[in-house]
Amino acid sequence: MSTRPPVDDWASDFDHLDPRWIEDPYPIWDALRAQCPIAHTGRYRGVYFPSRFEDVRAVAYDTEHFSSRQIMVRDTPPPRMPAPPITSDPPRHGPEKKLLLPAFTPDAIRRHEPRTRDICRALIDRFAGRAGCDAAADYAQEIPVRVIAVMLGVPEEDGALFRLWIHEILERGITDPAAAMRGLSASQRYFAAEMEKRRTAPRDDLITHLANAQIDGKPVDPDRLIAMMRLLLVAGIDTTWSAIGACFWHLAQHPEDRRRLVAEPQLIPTAVEELLRAYAPVTMAREVVKETTVNGCPFKPGEMVLLSFPAANRDPAVFADADRVVIDRRENRHAAFGLGIHRCIGSNLARMEIAVALQEWLPRIPDFRLDPAAAVTWSEGTVRGPRRLPLLFG
Amino acid sequence: MKVKVDSERCQGHARCAALAPELFALDAFGNAHAIGDGSVPAALTDKAYLAQANCPEFAIEVNDA
Repeated sequence: MSTRPPVDDWASDFDHLDPRWIEDPYPIWDALRAQCPIAHTGRYRGVYFPSRFEDVRAVAYDTEHFSSRQIMVRDTPPPRMPAPPITSDPPRHGPEKKLLLPAFTPDAIRRHEPRTRDICRALIDRFAGRAGCDAAADYAQEIPVRVIAVMLGVPEEDGALFRLWIHEILERGITDPAAAMRGLSASQRYFAAEMEKRRTAPRDDLITHLANAQIDGKPVDPDRLIAMMRLLLVAGIDTTWSAIGACFWHLAQHPEDRRRLVAEPQLIPTAVEELLRAYAPVTMAREVVKETTVNGCPFKPGEMVLLSFPAANRDPAVFADADRVVIDRRENRHAAFGLGIHRCIGSNLARMEIAVALQEWLPRIPDFRLDPAAAVTWSEGTVRGPRRLPLLFG
Repeated sequence: MKVKVDSERCQGHARCAALAPELFALDAFGNAHAIGDGSVPAALTDKAYLAQANCPEFAIEVNDA
């Protein structure tokens, strides 16, 4: 991976791409929360890391000092890549988000549940008769790309294209600007063509809905609409894949929780919330745009803040037994989908996909464990989840 | 007892409507409001507190009349 110097002191020199952080960040965050609840690093041009729920919340709510115009933490300033509304600040943010919200309410999402079940069943059919599978690559990864294709109204097989663009834009693009440009222009052409098709033949899908969208009675700039569609891919795929994978990683190692969900499937929605709390995949970022203080700590303009909802979710001041998965936890105001105006627009979709992924799998493959002969690997960066998850069945 | 959703704070996490659908409903954008005048029948007291305790934005008020 990197040639970065190793970390000696997490409070003053943390590195969220350090292999120890990628492998198991929770003990690092627990120590920070106790010693230095807002850590800082000079790496990546200066980044703050609040680890307490209250401080994460304060930053998320303060759109005056903390802007979303830059949401990636990198060594070099990344190219401007607006992905509204996640990269928008008020007052632009509200009307843009309102365009998308009606397509993502629980009722709207429920319409996609039967198709999601079919997708999960077909995936399970491929490996149910074998000794095991890679639950990250063979299952978790495959679900969200297909479901978002269904919602957009494009062929499920185009999910492979979506993954390629995400890889080029978000992963290779970090070090290779040409790859990022390739992903951006290919997705631009794709969505422009899909919108064009729907101008003459509208359908009941999300691309049609957006192609006809208006803000204040005026049509929206098509480039901004395309950027929104690209956001749906970028924000909805890696994240949900990670969350589903983390559920199976946990259940593979906790037979008592697994047996309980097999015996009491009605507990699955509650368990999903707890697994989202404990293994929240998404850390966001903000740019400090005006000098301020949070909890006595000064924040300097131009530096970034890693907004770790996963760390907030492990704060013992808010959650009893914060480091333990309590599969039937009843009181759970976790922040896995963010806090404040940028609450994840796909939260209802993600919840549905995760619940369906478990509901379809557990009756068919009730017993599974980590394959001791193969390693689990985790993603690097600000979306955390297993990328290889070899399981043995039975 | 009455429940109320602070519409300034609600961000549409939809936890209340999932946990206490008898007491909370969502609008076309997925934001929550109390059903009717927010009155909570005695049998739903626990659900009212449960919804309150699961709101990530601390947007739900429960008032004992």
